[in-house]
Amino acid sequence: MDCYTADWNPLGEAAFYRKFELYSMDWDLKEPLRDCLVAAAPYGGPIALLRNPWKKEKSPSIRPLLQIYSSSGVALASLLWKSGPVVLLGWSAEEELLCVQEDGSVLVYGLHGDFRRHFSMGNEVLQNRVLDARVFHTEFGSGIAILTGAHRFTLTANVGDLKLRRMPEVPGLQALPSCWTVLFQDRVTLVLLAIGPDLYLLDNTACSGVVPPGLAPGVSDFLQMAVSFNYRYLALFTDTGHIWMGLASLKEKLYEFNCNIRAPPKQMAWCSRPKSKQKAIVVAWERRLLVAGDAPESIQYKQLTIEVLLDRLVLRRLYPLAIQICEYLRLPEVQGISRILAHWACYKVQQKDVSDEDVARAINQKLGDTPGVSYSDIAARAYGCGRTELAIKLLEYEPRSGEQVPLLLKMKRSKLALSKAIESGDTDLVFTVVLHLKNELNRGDFFMTLRNQPVALSLYRQFCKHQELETLKDLYNQDDNHQELGNFHIRASYAAEERIEGRVAALQTAVDEYYKAKNEFAAKATEEQMRLLRLQRRLEDELGGHFLDLSLHDTVTSLLLSGNNKRAEQLARDFRIPDKRFWWLKLTALADREDWEELEKFSKSKKSPIGYLPFVEVCMKRRNKFEAKKFAARVSPEQKVKAFLLIGDVTQAADVAIERRNEAELSLVLSHCTGASDGATADKIQRARALAQRK
Amino acid sequence: MAAHLSYGRVNLNVLREAVRRELREFLDKCAGSKAIVWDEYLTGPFGLIAQYSLLKEHEVEKMFTLKGSRLPAADVKNIIFFVRPRLELMDIIAENVLSEDRRSPARDFHILFVPRRSLLCEQRLKDQGVLGSFIHREEYSLDLIPFDGDLLSMESESAFKECYLENDQTSLYHAAKGLMTLQALYGTIPQIFGKGECARQVANVMIRMKREFPGSQNSIFPVFDTLLLLDRNVDLLTPLATQLTYEGLIDEIYGIQNSYVKLPPEKFASKKQGESGKELPMEAKKLQLNSAEELYAEIRDKNFNAVGSVLSKKAKIISAAFEERHNAKTVGEIKQFVSQLPHMQAARGSLANHTSIAELIKDVTTSEDFFDKLTVEQEFMSGIDTDKVNNYIEDCIAQKHPLIKILRLVCLQSVCNSGLKQKVLDYYKREILQTYGYEHMLTLNNLEQAGLLRPQAGGRNNYPTIRKTLRLWMDDVNEQNPNDISYVYSGYAPLSVRLAQLLARPGWRSIEEVLKMLPGPHFEERQQLPAGLQKRRQQGENRVTLVFFLGGVTYAEIAALRFLSQMEDGGTEYVIATTKLMNGTSWIESLMEKPF
Repeated sequence: MDCYTADWNPLGEAAFYRKFELYSMDWDLKEPLRDCLVAAAPYGGPIALLRNPWKKEKSPSIRPLLQIYSSSGVALASLLWKSGPVVLLGWSAEEELLCVQEDGSVLVYGLHGDFRRHFSMGNEVLQNRVLDARVFHTEFGSGIAILTGAHRFTLTANVGDLKLRRMPEVPGLQALPSCWTVLFQDRVTLVLLAIGPDLYLLDNTACSGVVPPGLAPGVSDFLQMAVSFNYRYLALFTDTGHIWMGLASLKEKLYEFNCNIRAPPKQMAWCSRPKSKQKAIVVAWERRLLVAGDAPESIQYKQLTIEVLLDRLVLRRLYPLAIQICEYLRLPEVQGISRILAHWACYKVQQKDVSDEDVARAINQKLGDTPGVSYSDIAARAYGCGRTELAIKLLEYEPRSGEQVPLLLKMKRSKLALSKAIESGDTDLVFTVVLHLKNELNRGDFFMTLRNQPVALSLYRQFCKHQELETLKDLYNQDDNHQELGNFHIRASYAAEERIEGRVAALQTAVDEYYKAKNEFAAKATEEQMRLLRLQRRLEDELGGHFLDLSLHDTVTSLLLSGNNKRAEQLARDFRIPDKRFWWLKLTALADREDWEELEKFSKSKKSPIGYLPFVEVCMKRRNKFEAKKFAARVSPEQKVKAFLLIGDVTQAADVAIERRNEAELSLVLSHCTGASDGATADKIQRARALAQRK
Repeated sequence: MAAHLSYGRVNLNVLREAVRRELREFLDKCAGSKAIVWDEYLTGPFGLIAQYSLLKEHEVEKMFTLKGSRLPAADVKNIIFFVRPRLELMDIIAENVLSEDRRSPARDFHILFVPRRSLLCEQRLKDQGVLGSFIHREEYSLDLIPFDGDLLSMESESAFKECYLENDQTSLYHAAKGLMTLQALYGTIPQIFGKGECARQVANVMIRMKREFPGSQNSIFPVFDTLLLLDRNVDLLTPLATQLTYEGLIDEIYGIQNSYVKLPPEKFASKKQGESGKELPMEAKKLQLNSAEELYAEIRDKNFNAVGSVLSKKAKIISAAFEERHNAKTVGEIKQFVSQLPHMQAARGSLANHTSIAELIKDVTTSEDFFDKLTVEQEFMSGIDTDKVNNYIEDCIAQKHPLIKILRLVCLQSVCNSGLKQKVLDYYKREILQTYGYEHMLTLNNLEQAGLLRPQAGGRNNYPTIRKTLRLWMDDVNEQNPNDISYVYSGYAPLSVRLAQLLARPGWRSIEEVLKMLPGPHFEERQQLPAGLQKRRQQGENRVTLVFFLGGVTYAEIAALRFLSQMEDGGTEYVIATTKLMNGTSWIESLMEKPF
């Protein structure tokens, strides 16, 4: 039994501790660790180390060495630092190494020492240099806070979406504050700093003094402060040797502890107490360690979810292991294997020594149609690495045009984008590419491209019809589409032109186009319309009244109604109105005018081409039975029954029907025998029918 | 509320519920009180999905119609624009947003695009400098709207024009999207048949969309066995003819909009006593027509000539039922009678309405002109004198009958003759331009481009062959107890429905020759089902076919398909989907172009 407790040493009275080496770091340090810049990522992430940082006494020719190790001590990367002096190293939540330089520029490296990008913390920082810096993590991502040589704070809450905020001035701050930290409350990032006995809280707009509740008196300086990982708790170490622990909002004290040590600690951090998992604070001096705490809250190790774990494996390029874990956990494909394969593919496209074809093939072979894999994301990565051709090859495997098209546009492969958009059937996508092409190409090339893509051309035509009429004309011209050009000018003759001369001119252009289109009918009809327009204008001048834009038919009717019979007939002749229609037209107009005398004269002018039943009809429509009767007698035998029924003469209708021995007519008349006096007629019909049947 | 949607073989209420859920989710995203600004065209279709009460439950307090300048005052937190993705509407929205009063409390703006978000429109909003003003910009995929237990429509009035005149296939993309939604709810449709260019395009896009989401393997047991995609231009004839079913005639004469019809009020005068005899100006009588109404479900698809006898039989049954009260002696009997009273009263109300409608229709169908027109239509459809100028049409033009009537007849003649002889065509066109005005030149061009009114190509008339092979004209039609779909047009069997019928039995192989004469390719596609979802049909179980009419469908065609569904030995039940419920008049209207 002894062996289990042999290496445990007492810590105070109730606890024991033991010390053993988990992993041996694969480094060969000549200088003390305290002279290096060190950053360890959260959740057992990688450790970065900058050796030989800029010490004045060292020769400037020796370049510092940046090294990255896994938490188990395996060397991942090593490179010579060729850039400027670094103030701080820190890891982002995405395990990107942030190297904050003295000039305020931040260089970002991947886990394997691959350079990703750089950004600047702004001009003010550049001018005044970086005095101190912190990397912090919130729900917005990983941020950087900087204290400049001018004793001003500048921060960004998310290095992935850089928005620089310059914090307000702190009155009286002339030197480095004795300690400071970043707080995060109500989705706002704040800075808490100590100057002598005073604490100040900086938010976006103001700097205000704060006092921790229940702080033991006599404090003339705060030596150290620490905020918990979730920003709920704050610990302050005072020069009186007290440790104050409370809510980070400074609204409540949880615990205060006098440790009787007044020396400034090297480090102070929140942790959980062994066994109880309660919140606790660890304070470290050169040769002393202290654990204190009473806050009942467990550390949320669960923040490291399975997704994050997989991400970490992927970052370490341990793809097979990640896939095995997914399989073991039976994660849905989209969440698990697909995501890992996609990452693998993104890594693959960066292998510059492999040809585009081989990379594309290898990726497709492994990924196939795995659901949830976005070929366009992989292609975007390839494009990001400057491999446009590879990106295009990869996009071929992307089934979603909605994803293909925007990237193709970005890569300036607009014509390919256009055919992909058309393939998708999504007209909105086609439109988007077309308008993109319109801005990108010169007009000639643009039209040429459309010409080869009828679907796009038709859509663009519709667009022009509503938005750019002149372009529409150019499009038709390009295609020698004379029929549509003719139609175009007809529309213009109504819409664009007010003056009659302008309208006629537009119609003349239409005529020319119709002839070119070999549409003789349309050309002739349009010429006729030009003649009619001119004539209507003349009629308006001479007779007054409104004629313009009436149809020919209505123009003639109008003339008849106003008694201009001669002119009406002249017009009918000039425009070759068929006789039958002219008779209908005149008959209707005369009846409308109730000009019965003229109507009778008209009926006798020559033999009616439409017969005389219409005469009966128009009279009856005007309830003029007297006139109607005159015409009924002249109606042809086939229509006579109908005519007599129209004027309500059942007896005569019956006579005609009997004479014609027409069964259909007989029943028609019979169905009209509804009046009291029609009995005799009905009998007559029945007798005639009986007679007919006997024969 | 929409129980009738679940009466059919396929429960279309599932679709309705799905789209309602989507709407609620969107409304809840915009927390707080809201006002909706409507693209007016959408209000009709939306009425079939959600009544005002649903909107109210989700804090919609005001509704406005989208129009220019400043929005009306409304003390609400959110303003939501419900619009179709059209550029001209974006300009109006921008105007609304820009003229918002800066002094009054800020309101949150949102846009709901129906049925699709559009990059083009968003670009337009961006150009106008208002894109950033919208917090939520989302789409509401209301593609197929359930109209009845067996009927879905996209209610896209311009679909035919866009597809066949403008070569704009937007509505086909939406149709494919709608079909994907249907398959997500009712399972993958294993067999796809189609005829026509648009049908081909829809099938292609569908297959492509399926490929875009390989992971979303559908695990729903397929409800539909077959999808039949039909281009309207495969059968241009049917919508031109006057529909002769009860519902078809209501639509022909009064026009049914989003399942509602407005009727002249005289015949519906309330007979309440005690009201003074003063004649108040009455509003049109608005009635909803769907199979939720028992009587309507029974008569809607009958030939109009068979409706009268049903109505009088119903009248006898109902008055007999009311007479029963004299026989009710015991308390129990009286109670029984009283419990049936509401249903009986509803039935009596329904009967009164339809008797009035039938009288209105009869006034039209017994007119001499209706008879003359029908005679000419039937002559054309049976192939008589289609190659010369028709006297009746000539007389109608001379008397300046409504232009659409003329266009329907002339187009019908053209289609029944595989195009008109140039001389005949030019004569008609000239008559129309001289009588109705030269501006109709553009309309005539459109009709020609759509293939409705065109010169005969190569001097060949294929129509007689098509008519004979497909038995489109039946001399021995039985209107009362029909034995063939030709009853819906009193003799003419709609070509589109004949194609569906022949596909089910004996299959299209038997009519290859005729299919080749009709425009566009015909094709068959299969969609693989996982082994577990393959159907083992029970003895006597009917197949379910979804017929999708691309470019519109008439009520008479729907009636014909319902007739086939109900045939004893039919073996197939049909669900109908379309881009638009239409008739010859609304169809021709959509193709007309008025330059001023």
